[in-house]
Amino acid sequence: MQTDIRMTPGRRSYVEEPADPQQTRNRILQATAFAFVVAYPFLDLLFGWQALLAFIPMMLMITLALGLNIVVGYAGLLDLGYAAFYAIGAYAAAFFTSPNSPLASVLPGSPFAWMQDFWVSMVMAVLVAGCAGAILGAPTLRLRGDYLALVTLGFGEIVPRLVKNLEPWTKGVKGMSPIGRPYLFGCQFGVDPCEILGMKLKLGMIPYYYLTLIVGAISIFAIIRLRNSRLGRAWAAIRDDETAAQGMGINPVTTKLWAFSLGASFSGATGAIFGAYLQTISPDQFEYSTSVIVLCMVILGGTGNIWGVMLGGLLIQSFDRIFAERLTGWVHKAGALTGDPTITAAFNSFDLLKSRLLVFGLCLVLIMNLRPQGILPNRKRRETALTDLPEDDVAPDEAVMIAGATVPTEKPR
Amino acid sequence: MTTSNASGDVVLDVTGLTKRFGGLVAVDSVDFQVRRRQIVSLIGPNGAGKTTFFNMVAGQYEPSAGRVVFDGKSLHGLRPHQITARGIGRTFQNIRLFTNETLLENVLVGMHSRLKSGPLASLLRLPSQRREEGEAREKGMALLHLVKLDQYANEAAGNLPYGMQRRLEMARALASEPQLLLLDEPTAGMNPQETVNMISLIRRVRDEFGVAVLLIEHDMQVVMGLSERVTVLNYGQKIAEGTPLDVQRNDNVIEAYLGRRHKRPGDEEADGGTH
Repeated sequence: MQTDIRMTPGRRSYVEEPADPQQTRNRILQATAFAFVVAYPFLDLLFGWQALLAFIPMMLMITLALGLNIVVGYAGLLDLGYAAFYAIGAYAAAFFTSPNSPLASVLPGSPFAWMQDFWVSMVMAVLVAGCAGAILGAPTLRLRGDYLALVTLGFGEIVPRLVKNLEPWTKGVKGMSPIGRPYLFGCQFGVDPCEILGMKLKLGMIPYYYLTLIVGAISIFAIIRLRNSRLGRAWAAIRDDETAAQGMGINPVTTKLWAFSLGASFSGATGAIFGAYLQTISPDQFEYSTSVIVLCMVILGGTGNIWGVMLGGLLIQSFDRIFAERLTGWVHKAGALTGDPTITAAFNSFDLLKSRLLVFGLCLVLIMNLRPQGILPNRKRRETALTDLPEDDVAPDEAVMIAGATVPTEKPR
Repeated sequence: MTTSNASGDVVLDVTGLTKRFGGLVAVDSVDFQVRRRQIVSLIGPNGAGKTTFFNMVAGQYEPSAGRVVFDGKSLHGLRPHQITARGIGRTFQNIRLFTNETLLENVLVGMHSRLKSGPLASLLRLPSQRREEGEAREKGMALLHLVKLDQYANEAAGNLPYGMQRRLEMARALASEPQLLLLDEPTAGMNPQETVNMISLIRRVRDEFGVAVLLIEHDMQVVMGLSERVTVLNYGQKIAEGTPLDVQRNDNVIEAYLGRRHKRPGDEEADGGTH
């Protein structure tokens, strides 16, 4: 049933969006996807897919893309150095929890020993990355478009260089390892066996999966709320027309800083989990290519639409981490089945993992040509203008004077 | 000299406003006043400095000299968004809507300076934030109703035809609860019927909201039908000021628009403009 979107002044209730069938379909799709990801670790065990370890970094990358989408999609600020914030988050967390960190010789036994807890370090990582976002965002405020992109590119280069060269703190190119694991109910993530309520469980990496899922879900939730708030509208206004936005009372400086800062804070949490999951972080994980892949996820799926961003991330990441490998394996098996040595050799020379960047590049070229707005474009704008509109229907409620014929009677005092 | 009348009645008081771009003096020492609830037009041939004058009042340009006093306070050094918060709303010569956003969102953006909720309140959906959003949406719908666009509230603004976009811009400017509305060619590109409707809308807005309106206009039908006072700029200087009738009879104005009278025998009054 079509919901009435019109509202007469004075009516208390209002409806945000009409409940059309499309939306109902979307709801069902979302619920199914949600049920799938919640049940995934068990399905994985049940069917022996063995892709759980690919799913965790995949979801981390998607969360990262959601954070970048605030900056690029909502506020329209092209950021080519987003991995810098990811790095800052990961290193901030590792700084507190890693036994290799200079803090490790100071914190234990001190009143601040609680800071070595993973959960505290994750909150710290969010705060540090958020502050870094605001600080690094400040020099870009006067810049628009290409110039802004170049400055963010600079940040993306500076941060890994700094990490490499600040050896006493970051251990340079060797990176930091190990990193404190999260504890919950006396159970250490990723360490088996795990004892909960007297039961010894072999959970493997499943706790990390759910931690990632929960952080991702909170991010989605928070981002939707932000998008539909006063700040979210200000971002959209700045993106569409900065001059007009200023004319509407929007302070471009604070609005942009919030975008950088909030966008970066999501990568802070992601970085903290990433470090704890891999147990090691090094500067080369946060190079330019990471920023570009995350940006591609945003653009491919549909800049500004979080469902699109997630879909884009899912496609790129699942190809990268699951399908490239599996497809290669299947082709090799098919070659072996023929029994002919030349054909087997020819099939064996096929390796998607080696040419994954080529495939990736080709897909980008194709999709950007076929759907320049991304796979799931931002919802509102139509392809064509409104049709079947009535003639301009504002009735003149008074006769209007024709030039020179009559002059308004009201005289200025 | 500027305040020969009761100053409490003056909402905008501009003194000696000047803007130089390099050697070009776009606006040259203009004195100008708008009273509360008054509709005033700024006219002049192309390049006379009208939009530059507007941009200085709205804070887009910094004046080279002179001062702008709004509602008894100087606007010196304020950024455009601060000026909007003080109570000056504006529309743009070439419509500048947020085309990817819905009509309602456009109007809500216009309310930005009147809303308070910060990011944290929005994240937590605090009761104060929910109430504020609900009220803002209702007010937004009422404004859309005023410009007869409420039935398209959830369309993207970029999908609207031209005349409706101009009306939406008006609703968006009103959303900031201005005391002074700056309208830069509100009827540009409109057909005669749309123009007539816009004139009645502007008058209605003044009557219902009690705002003062300062408009730049090329269409003399609009200027003469709507304004209580008209100021004429030419080459950045104020060459005439007064009631529409006074201005139409002013020799300087006729000359500015049509050239010298003795060179164009048989010419009538300055009713052509440049439009």
